[in-house]
Amino acid sequence: MTEITSEKLLWIYERMRLIREFETRAAKLFAAGQLPGFVHLYAGEEAIATGVCAHLTDRDFITSTHRGHGHCIAKEVDVRSMMAELYGKEPGACKGKGGSMHIADVSKGMLGANGIVGGGGPLACGSALTAKVLGTQQVTVCFFGDGAAEQGTMHEAMNMAAIWKLPVVFVCENNGFAESTPVAYHASVKDIADRATAYNMPGLTVDGTDIFAVYEAAGEAIVRARRGEGPTLIEAKAFRYYGHFEGDPLTYYTDEMRKGFQARDPIARFRKQVLDRALVPEARLNEIDTRAVQAIDDAVAFAESSPLPVPTDLLSDVYVTYAHA
Amino acid sequence: MAPRILTFREAINEGIRLEMRRDPTVILMGEDVAGGASLPYVAGKGEEAWGGVLGVTKGLAKEFGRDRVRDTPISESAIIGAAVGAAATGLRPIAELMFVDFFGVCMDQIYNQGGKLRYMFGGKAKVPMVVRTMIGAGFRAAGQHSGSHYSVFTHMPGLKTVVPSTPYDAKGLLIAAIQDDDPVIFFEHKLLYDVKGEVPEEYYVIPLGKADIKRRGKDITIVAIGRMVAMALEAATHLSAAGLEAEVIDPRTLSPLDEDTILESVAKTHHVLVVDEDNPRCSMATDLVALVTTKVFDYLDAPPVMITAPHTPVPFSPVLEDLYIPTPEHIVKGVQEMFEPVTA
Repeated sequence: MTEITSEKLLWIYERMRLIREFETRAAKLFAAGQLPGFVHLYAGEEAIATGVCAHLTDRDFITSTHRGHGHCIAKEVDVRSMMAELYGKEPGACKGKGGSMHIADVSKGMLGANGIVGGGGPLACGSALTAKVLGTQQVTVCFFGDGAAEQGTMHEAMNMAAIWKLPVVFVCENNGFAESTPVAYHASVKDIADRATAYNMPGLTVDGTDIFAVYEAAGEAIVRARRGEGPTLIEAKAFRYYGHFEGDPLTYYTDEMRKGFQARDPIARFRKQVLDRALVPEARLNEIDTRAVQAIDDAVAFAESSPLPVPTDLLSDVYVTYAHA
Repeated sequence: MAPRILTFREAINEGIRLEMRRDPTVILMGEDVAGGASLPYVAGKGEEAWGGVLGVTKGLAKEFGRDRVRDTPISESAIIGAAVGAAATGLRPIAELMFVDFFGVCMDQIYNQGGKLRYMFGGKAKVPMVVRTMIGAGFRAAGQHSGSHYSVFTHMPGLKTVVPSTPYDAKGLLIAAIQDDDPVIFFEHKLLYDVKGEVPEEYYVIPLGKADIKRRGKDITIVAIGRMVAMALEAATHLSAAGLEAEVIDPRTLSPLDEDTILESVAKTHHVLVVDEDNPRCSMATDLVALVTTKVFDYLDAPPVMITAPHTPVPFSPVLEDLYIPTPEHIVKGVQEMFEPVTA
């Protein structure tokens, strides 16, 4: 098992707890009618975003999905600006113009949640191309779901990244379902990672609820990308507690499956793993639990007290410049 | 000194070349923009197999190397999406979408990603990229290589659209497009590539959103786009012989659109005819006529006339394709009908 510094372990735990708390609160707020639109929640998949992003800096890039809150938090996007965005408020990460499905913070290298399944693959090739042409050593991680694995864009992106040896790590978050359609039905292979062979890149499947497994796989892939040795495909198998979107009746889940989810909960597993091995003191984890709740309380209070966009905001930010006759 | 004459093709090549020399973040990528990638007997000599399917980008790989002039797989979504991602992170990519008809396979990356990214991110990102793409019928290339679908992109907020009609304009507008901080689609009519015109050697920029009056006249305003500008000028010569002086306006950029130049002209001539090689519904033709009728209706002495391609795909058979494309004769006839006295 890869050794992770206690500082890094605490960072990972803090990020996982923030994600869980953010998503739990978003679900409640949505059910209470506080959030416009709709949200796709990441709870259950926390170990993937955090285990991968633990290797990245602000200068590295990620592309994300419609289920992007976890990626944002793992990339250290401010939870206040995220929550304000979910509320459609002016101080939101995107000034209330993107919402849950388009949260972005380019200053943190977070190139946007994406409302188009598979939309991020080509974009990831682009940010990786920037790094390659400018020789900056920046790495791009392309998060995509098992559903996106069936989009042509992902095929094009993985092939392009492979032939150009672009510094990209493709991370397929396989939560078992594309909306309500099971992966065993929609995928031609048992493991999406098998497709790496077709692109002549390393491919591996890991348990996406085991932070240590994700961290180790991502670490090797990211080092490889930084060295200019090209892309890797990592498939991280996990589950999502919530539906495809909030309001999804989840008729495709059984009670037995739900029990199985609890047994694999990535945060509970993390606690057990680090405490059994005495890697960090329990008190520190408990402190983080408390702080995560406080941070999300604070984010909600911030969002609720934030101003709404003003009418002139409707027309701004379409272009950098636009000659009006 | 004799004026310096270049073809439309050479003018575009020169525009790209000057910008790539000036700005190391400008890259060019697309299918066969150099050609023969990885072949030692081609690339090893610093040369290209094609330099673009119609030779527009010839010599660029030799000067700038294949790191900045990239042959791509036939993966239009990856080409356009990679340009968007590169633009958002520090490059100024020029992506070539060989024929505009191919947007059918990569529209998401153009309009959902490239065109909307800045707005969705609350103005906290920019996408300085150019998509160069060929348009136009008359090449006997049939339904999937001959469209002129600039109206589709003009419709979309976040994108800018440029349709040059002369070598001089092509160079200056392309330099402006590359320098622009927003995504620009640059439409090159394939039948213009061999057209010659005066192009100064020096670096110059034609700002986006500025129409050009290609011919002055007092009797009717003809607004023409791309290759149709030459058709309108030819028609104007015939009309002049018949005693009607046409003012020919080339908008040059469709988004942003220089409304003032068009409206001022119509206010002077009281007549307007629009020539557009694109299909007629929800088109630049209908857009321009709507502009004129909503803004200067009271100045009009006759209903506006639209000369466009029909509501069909581009046919293959030369006899049919020739019927598809608007001609100077169509324009002359349209103008003459406008000026005929109303008979009961």
